[in-house]
Amino acid sequence: MRLALSLFITLAATVSAVPVEAERRGGAGLLAVQSLVLSVFEWFGQFGIFCQRVLKGTFSAPFEGREFLRQLDNIGSQSLPLVAVAGAAIGVVLGLQTRESLTRFGATSMLPSVIIYSLMKEMGPIVTGLIVSGRVGAGIGAELGSMKVTEQIDAMAVSGVNPYKYLASTRILACLVALPLLTLVADAAGVLMGWLSSTLVKPISLGLFLNMGLNGVSFGDFLPATLKTSIFGLIIGAVSSYQGMSSRGGTEGVGRSATSAVVISSLFLIVADVFLVRLILLFFK
Amino acid sequence: MENTDNTLPIAIAHLSKSFGGRKVLDGIDLTIPRGQTLSLLGRSGTGKSVLLRLLIGLDKPDSGSIRIDGEEITSLGMDRLNRIRQKLGFLFQQAALYDSLTLGENVEFPLKRQTTLSPAERTEKVRALLASVGLERDVDKLPSEISGGMKKRAGLARALALDPAIVFFDEPTAGLDPITAAEIGQLITDLSKQRGMTSVVATHDMHSVRCFSDRAVLLDKGRVLIDGSFDDLKNSSDPFVSEFLTAAV
Repeated sequence: MRLALSLFITLAATVSAVPVEAERRGGAGLLAVQSLVLSVFEWFGQFGIFCQRVLKGTFSAPFEGREFLRQLDNIGSQSLPLVAVAGAAIGVVLGLQTRESLTRFGATSMLPSVIIYSLMKEMGPIVTGLIVSGRVGAGIGAELGSMKVTEQIDAMAVSGVNPYKYLASTRILACLVALPLLTLVADAAGVLMGWLSSTLVKPISLGLFLNMGLNGVSFGDFLPATLKTSIFGLIIGAVSSYQGMSSRGGTEGVGRSATSAVVISSLFLIVADVFLVRLILLFFK
Repeated sequence: MENTDNTLPIAIAHLSKSFGGRKVLDGIDLTIPRGQTLSLLGRSGTGKSVLLRLLIGLDKPDSGSIRIDGEEITSLGMDRLNRIRQKLGFLFQQAALYDSLTLGENVEFPLKRQTTLSPAERTEKVRALLASVGLERDVDKLPSEISGGMKKRAGLARALALDPAIVFFDEPTAGLDPITAAEIGQLITDLSKQRGMTSVVATHDMHSVRCFSDRAVLLDKGRVLIDGSFDDLKNSSDPFVSEFLTAAV
């Protein structure tokens, strides 16, 4: 961690030396690029320091069990209806769209497998991640941002309570635990609604649908794809908490924190998914 | 509860702090004896709040030393600093009450976290603290349901929850009407004397300074311009001090 931070600081110092040269050459465009690059390095450096503090707080006593459970309820059970509806909608869409495609190739018997496989492998996890990123990321960013600008986080620190541990660590852990559980709900709702949309077109029992669908699916397909959403939870919790706790500039700043929490965590989530899919293919093929 | 130890609870030496190249505090030297109520005066932006934030360890100085009860706090880690903070109280300018918690829960928060009191003992202490600031009937109200003056009172009750030996007040009467401001000023003085606390008050309220402070320090351009009683300020021949007092009164 220290090495990474040193690297960022060195790179930031190198980049910050560019404007003199850019100014000499009169390059406004170069200055803008340099400023952008510098702010990206600065963001990653500050985020690294934040993560280091959260990590230290997470593994030091006393553990915030009650606050963790409160956050798990807030993040997990209160996101459940939204995630279930989103999963159900994906199931219906997959059922309708895939039937049409498979009919063209005379492979409608593959429909249950395609729905279940698509939901478990990718659609369920990524949709859950993005839905939670929108709902929970904005909530954490706005809540912590509001606490920051009204000095409530400072008041907590003054009371001898580590805010990185009490506020950030509990939310990050709750996201980490809640995401795989919510993904299971999204998968289940999707499969159920996928079956319903299929059976309305061509009647098939749920038992047979599941039997046909799960026939080619192994734990290697299901488990890594579901567990990777813990990484999504980690990203959503950490980025949103950081954006909230580094908020400044009154109510406008709180709005910026909420928006940036969603945008950055969604972006990181999609990028992380690319790498995670590659890793899963590498180890679970 | 009264503090009888004669060591200096707060000793500041050569303290400097800059923000974005602007020197806000420039070599402050100050010692505050136990039980004294000291008022920090100065124009807006002269570093009064910054000095209080440095004293409680919310910010780090660029250079200089701050000793609280003989312990240097500028180089302390978070854990040790948190232990020192249990001896300190801080009333924020806007009270900084946790807006999702009731007044009772706000006052109970540090007790729950930092003491081994049973729930019944905590409830009793919360009731006593809120009664001492005249809010015994408002235990279940949310901060959004009370006035600015009541927020300051609740913030004061929370600041006193851990029986601190030293309390910092950041503009405790700012934004209040003169009568409420005088009541808050009187309340701070009464509680400070009852508990034998050392108090540092950043304020513009000259009425409070004249009536309730043992000592006043006027900051200008990041330095201590004058340090003495209210009468010393009043009798000062420094043109800035005269201008400040005339404008403030």
